Order: sequence, then C-alpha cells, then structure tokens
Amino acid sequence: MRLKTLMLGAVATAAMAPAAFAERGTDGQVNIIYWQAPSTLNPYLSSGTKDLEASSLVIEPLAGFDEKGVVYPRLAAEIPSTANGGISEDLKTVTWKLKPDLKWSDGSPVTSADVKFTADYCMHPEGGCAQLARYEGIESIETPDDLTVVIHFDEPRPNPFTAFSGSQSPILQKAQFEKCAGTGASACTAENFGPIGTGPFRVVEFRTNDAVTLEANPNYRDPAKPAFAKAVIKGGGDAAAAARSVLETGEFDYAWNTLVPPDTLKGMAAAGKGKIVTGFGTLVERMEMNMTDPSPDLPEGERATTKHPHPILSDERVRRALSMAIDRTLLTEIGFGEAGRPTCNLVPAPEIFASDNTGCLTQDVDGAKALLDEAGWTVGGDGIREKDGKKLHLLYQTSVNPIRQDFQALIKQWWQDIGVSTELKTVDASVFFGGDAGSPDTFQRFYADVEMYANNFDGTDPEPYLAHYTCEKVPSPESQWQGENVNRYCDPEYDKLIVELGKTAKIEERATIARKLNDMITKDSMTIVPLVDRGRVSAHANSLGGVVLNTWDSELWNVADWYRVK
Amino acid sequence: MLVYALRRLLLAVPTLLFISLVIFLLLEASPGDPLGDIPLTIPAEVKEKMREALGLGQAWYIRYLLWLKQFFWVEPLHWVDHVFGTGFSEGMQRIISFQTRSPAFDVIAQRLPQTLTVVGLSYLIGLLIALPIGIISAYRQYSWFDQIGTFVSMVGFSLPTFFTGVVLIIVFGIKLQWFPSIYDTTHRVTDWGSFVVQVRQMAMPVTVLSLFNAAQISRFMRASMLDNLRQDYVRTARAKGLGERVVVLKHVLRNSLIPVVTVIALGLPAVFGGAIITEQVFKVNGLGQLLILAINSNDIPMVMTLTFIFAILIVAFTLVADLLYGVLDPRIRYE
Repeated sequence: MRLKTLMLGAVATAAMAPAAFAERGTDGQVNIIYWQAPSTLNPYLSSGTKDLEASSLVIEPLAGFDEKGVVYPRLAAEIPSTANGGISEDLKTVTWKLKPDLKWSDGSPVTSADVKFTADYCMHPEGGCAQLARYEGIESIETPDDLTVVIHFDEPRPNPFTAFSGSQSPILQKAQFEKCAGTGASACTAENFGPIGTGPFRVVEFRTNDAVTLEANPNYRDPAKPAFAKAVIKGGGDAAAAARSVLETGEFDYAWNTLVPPDTLKGMAAAGKGKIVTGFGTLVERMEMNMTDPSPDLPEGERATTKHPHPILSDERVRRALSMAIDRTLLTEIGFGEAGRPTCNLVPAPEIFASDNTGCLTQDVDGAKALLDEAGWTVGGDGIREKDGKKLHLLYQTSVNPIRQDFQALIKQWWQDIGVSTELKTVDASVFFGGDAGSPDTFQRFYADVEMYANNFDGTDPEPYLAHYTCEKVPSPESQWQGENVNRYCDPEYDKLIVELGKTAKIEERATIARKLNDMITKDSMTIVPLVDRGRVSAHANSLGGVVLNTWDSELWNVADWYRVK
Repeated sequence: MLVYALRRLLLAVPTLLFISLVIFLLLEASPGDPLGDIPLTIPAEVKEKMREALGLGQAWYIRYLLWLKQFFWVEPLHWVDHVFGTGFSEGMQRIISFQTRSPAFDVIAQRLPQTLTVVGLSYLIGLLIALPIGIISAYRQYSWFDQIGTFVSMVGFSLPTFFTGVVLIIVFGIKLQWFPSIYDTTHRVTDWGSFVVQVRQMAMPVTVLSLFNAAQISRFMRASMLDNLRQDYVRTARAKGLGERVVVLKHVLRNSLIPVVTVIALGLPAVFGGAIITEQVFKVNGLGQLLILAINSNDIPMVMTLTFIFAILIVAFTLVADLLYGVLDPRIRYE
C-alpha cells in the first residue's frame, strides 16, 4: 500500500515537473525586431525609446511599473511607502532596501554603492545625462550598509518614484562605469555597448544601429528564468516591414511599434501567424491654442508674447467652437485605428488621474456655429466669418508626418463648414521640436494661431506635466523661447493648485487636484484641445507566450517571463 | 608616370580640404538639430547639458578644426597604436558619433565587410553579366539577343531599386517564402549549412543590385564595341585573314574596354558608399544605412566622416582611371 502511494506520488511528480520547473534557456532563441535600431545600451546617454527598451533586457532599476502603471519591486526588496517607513513623514527621505544576494551577470554582488554611483554618474555636471530630470532634487544619498540606500531630497517628494525607477534609470555597475563619469562617457564605448547588468539577459555582441545579440544571464535571480537561451534584437527598415516579418513571414517573434495604417495592419494579421497588441499610456495628440498674437506685423521681441493677447483666440467661445467642430472619432479611425481612442483629456491615464470629461466626443457643428454667432463673428459674403472687418482666419501648424497632414486636411474642412478659414503649415519634425532659439518655426516659439503635436509624461504621476502650464513657464524672448507652456496660458488659480499638488501626498487627494487642473486647461478654458489618446501597438507571433504590453515602462519589461508556446 | 601620379596626389590635398570645408558648412547651414529627436519629456535644461556634452557649445570653426585634427592626426595615431601596440593616441579624443557616442571609425569598420560582401559582390556579378552581354549585343546588333539585352537593361535602368526590391520581397519573401525578407547581419558562416543560409539571404539584395549595375555597364560596353567594330583596323584584321574570335576578343574588345574601364573604376567608390536604398529595403545595415541614419539624426561627425571618405575614394579612383588609360592604351603617355 505504502509502496503504491509512493509510486503514484513519483508518477505525479514526474508528470508535474515540466510545468512546475520550467528551466532556464530551454526555449531556444527569441527574435525581436525594432525598426529603429538601438544605438547604445546606456540609457543615460540616450533618450530614445529604442535604446531604453533594448537596455532593459540587461540592466534593471530598483522598481519598475507594471502594465497598470503600478510600481513594483525589481532589485528592491519592497516598495518604500509611508506605511512601511520607507518614506519619511516629511516626504523628504526615501529608504530603499535591496533584495539580498543579488548578483551582477559577472558574478559580483550588487550593493548599495552601485546605486549611489548610478546617481552620481547621472548627476555629474559634465556628463550630459539624458535622464537628469529623474534625479532632480536629490540632495544627498547615503549607504549605511550594503543593502540600504537613503535618498535625501531638498523638498518634500510626494512621488519619489523617478530616480532608480522605470527603464529610464536603471542601476549601473560601479566597478564597470567608475571611469566613465563626466567627460569620460564618450571614451567608454565598450561599457556603453555592453553594460554588466542584473537583468534576464547579458550582451554577447552589440552592433550599433544594427543588431544586439544576447544570452541568458547565468546569475539571474530567478533560476528558472528566462526561458529563452538567446535573444536577438534586430534593427532597421520600417514599421511595415517589421510588422510583416512577424505577422506574415514569421521570421521574428516580436515587432515593436508597428505603427502602420490600420487597414494595412489588419491585412497582415489576416495571415494568422501573429497577434497585434495595443496598450494605452499618456500620449495625447492635441491642438494647442495660442493665447498671444503671433502676427508678423508686431515687432520681433513682442510677437507671440504676453504683451499682445490673441485678437481672435482670446475669446473662449471661439476656442470652444473650434473644438466642437471636430469629429474626434473619425480622426482616430483614419489616423490610428485600434491604436487610438478619442479623448478630451490632457491626462488620459492612469485611471485615477483621468477626469470623466467626455463632452467633446460628439461633433456639434450647429452648436459651434451658434457659439461663433454669439461671439459676434458673422458670416461674410465669401462664407468666412468676420467681426469688425477682421476675417476669422487661422494659421494651423504641425510637424511633417502623414497622419498629421491628414488630420490637418480634415480639420480644415470642418472649420471651413463653420466659417473659419485655415491656412496650413508643416514644419520638419527636427526643426519643429528642435528647440533652436534662433528658428522661427519651433513649437515653443509658436508663430501660428493653433498647432498640433503629441506629448506625454514619464511614469505615472502627472504633477510635473501639469506644472508645465504655470505662468512662469511661458516661453518668451527673455527665456530664449524655452518653456513648456507654449499656449502662454496664465491663470493664478491654476498656479495655486499646482503648489497645493506639490504638498499633497495622499493619492486620492492628488488625483482630485490633478483632475481639476486637467479640466481647467481642457474643457473649462479650451486652451488645449485634446484629440486622440494614442496607444502603443506592437505585434507578436502566436508561438510567443507571456507578452504583456506595458506603456508605463519598457515594452520588454517582462521578457524574463516570455516563453515558446508548444 | 610616377611624377604625374605624385603631382596629381599633391593637387588632391587642397581639393579634399576644400571639399571637407564645403561639407561641413553645408551640414552646419542645414536646418535640424542633433537633439531634435529626443522626447518632449526631457526638460530644456537637461537638453542644454546634453548639447554641451556633445561639444556643440563651441563656434563652428573650432569644431571644424577639431574635426580636421581628429581625422588627420588622432585617428591615424590610433591605428598606429592599434597595429604596433604603442600609446601615442592615449587620452586623445577620437571622432565621436553623436548618436552612439562611440568612435565613428569603429562603426564604419564594423559596417564595411557587410557592405563589401553584398554591394561588392553585386558589382562583380553585374560586371560578369554586363561584359558578355555588351559584347554579343554589339557583335550581333539588332539580333533577337540584342533586342532582349536592350529590353532587360532598359528595365534594369528604369526601375528603381526600391521598387524591384519590394517586388522581390513580396514575391519570394512573403508569398513563396524562399528567401528571408530581413537580412541577418549577425550570421556567421562556419560550415556548409550556414553558407547556404548566407547565400539565401544575399540572393535578393544581390540580384536587385546586379541587375541595376549590369544594365548600366552593358550599355557602355555595347556602345563602345559598336564604335570600334566600324574602325578601319577591324577591316584590316579581317582582310589579313584573322579569325573572328581573335578579331573581336583581342583587337576590338581591348580597345573598347578603355572607356568602360573608366566607368567601372568611377563606379567603385559607390561600392564603398553602400547602396542606401537597397540596404534599407533588405535591412542589410551597411554603410548606406549608416549614412542615411546619421543624416536623419543630424549626426554631424558621422556624416562628415563618411562623406569625406567617399570624397577621398572618388578622387583616388579618378586618378586610378586616368592611370589605367596609360596602361591600356600605349598611345597615351603622361609626362
């Protein structure tokens, strides 16, 4: 009897084994295609998504964000909070504890000195660190023992999950990067191309702007992961070719950012070799209204500055009418398909921060006309509205991009219907976003009446993003046209609320204030007219399991859990 | 001839310096910004620091002189160190690419083999196809062979590679799945099996480029052969009873090759330049793709270095073509 039980037990164990003890490196190779090829694996030297995501297979932060935007521990033992004492009462000190017995891929132990070094590396005055903003406000970092890191901020930090959190600020190995700080960064090609990390994979060969070959990290903290022994990230080509290589030919397992026309993508998916995955973050395509007069008749230095309010758009009713005339559902369908959804919010996510603002979703042409009539703009002989002899004529600019040009044409048509004449202007993206103070075509300088582009915020907390719209961040000749408040919106009430948000720690209260701020600049004042909440769209082969698209962190955040479907 | 070659080489130096200045000024004057692509989530102050770290804070002439020093002094020293294990270039800044923050020459060296195998091989195959076609087409002018040859070269000439490339990918890569649609640059040839894989992935890009090259050269070959076939010396050769084979392949061909050799020599720098479009279509990621990426991201040091190397190659191969004239045609003498 006992023997029988034992034998049954043994049989059961044997049967269970493959499921329970998945082994490292048993599933062969995973092929990933990034049509924008990674240029470096050091995210502190590059801000490109492609570089951040490629490096996230190798180097890891203390904490990451999951697909819901919730912060979770990676190298840290737990997430510091006021409840567990990790965050001090005055919100100025954060204590992180590392998981015990962590090892770098070269076998040496991970210590708090590595964490402190990473911050010093990025904050070096001559390094030109691309992620410096994540370390802003750090006064000092202490390492009382090998596993403890204490960060002191110069002022209260309700949301401390910027430094060492997310794929933008992973931990570098001190021993490897010690001589690379500051101006040494450029001489450290071997280090930048082959960082030693704690992630599921380690670098075998890095060919810049071409391909990265990786193999499973023998010292990864979970002995059963990753399931793949090798990973290759191939770069080059375009989004359509990348999507095709996964969905139609099956040469690759995962294609990043397959942003191709929605119907093309559907046609490819019909081949049945793979799936399209989408996820939504905070990227919003929006129309910005200029509150100042960009007229070329004004002298340089006064043009588009707060000295001269906009002759047409200063009237809130005109801005509202312009928004009401737009059919956001149609725009989304044409431009983004499944990878977009119409929105009226500047902060569309995370859920708790998203306002229940849906008033703009239905197009209301008659309402828009009535509003313009009310504002005193009457239809002239040529169908264009005028007031005091001035035509309702707007200059509408954006960057060169096929989808944006489609949007421009559609919106011009809708505005034409309500009696607004529109002149379209397109600027090369590198100039538009280039921030050159000498160029008249940058989006900050805003020498147009309305402009369209997309922006988002890092991480899950919208405070710094909403703080863009305070009075002091108005770009002007004095500030070399730098500043994020491109609309030149200025409301003392808004500024007051931003200060309050900075002092509030409780998430529910923060969310209430953030939603209020969002409403103030969108539906209340129509300063910013959001159009489409743009998601990420990627594709993976049916034979690749474990893919969870994450818009809050690297798309490859959970590559350790990927496996081959058999 | 040696004196002539030396004089030409010396003359090339100011030409090249002038070219480098023109390239630099063009890049400088063109709109765009090396940091134009970075996300809007990066604050302006951080962007300014990044700009300084790239050395963009200095005046243009300082950056130009620095580049000249790096190209003509630091890089050669570095190679010397590399070969002899010396330490002359210790602590000197090499030409650093903005995109990758790594030495531009290292990336070029990494890309060169890829481009030479694919683009170089297609040039060679193109030549091997073009020369016989050109010879036979001319010898049997207006025959069916000539008509077909003319048709094929017109097709090859007029269809751009981004069209033929995509057609091949759709037909043989996606529908038939005979060849991979994406080139694997990390593939290593170690045995027969991996050699077959390499041949398969090279098949489509090489075909596209060979067709293009062959079309061009075969037209030159044919025209040049036709010119010579009508010469008096050909009639003389035939009159004195030489066989057709000797007349065509020895006398006519050798004389006809003179202008063709120039065309071939002048086409060689383009092999190093890589095939920008074809490399993009097939994701070969060689020098052409490197150049186009660098241009797109305003990576001035990389664009500057690559275009200047091309300039050197063009000047050099022009000289080679001139010298080859003398070798092929004894009547031409350089004094």
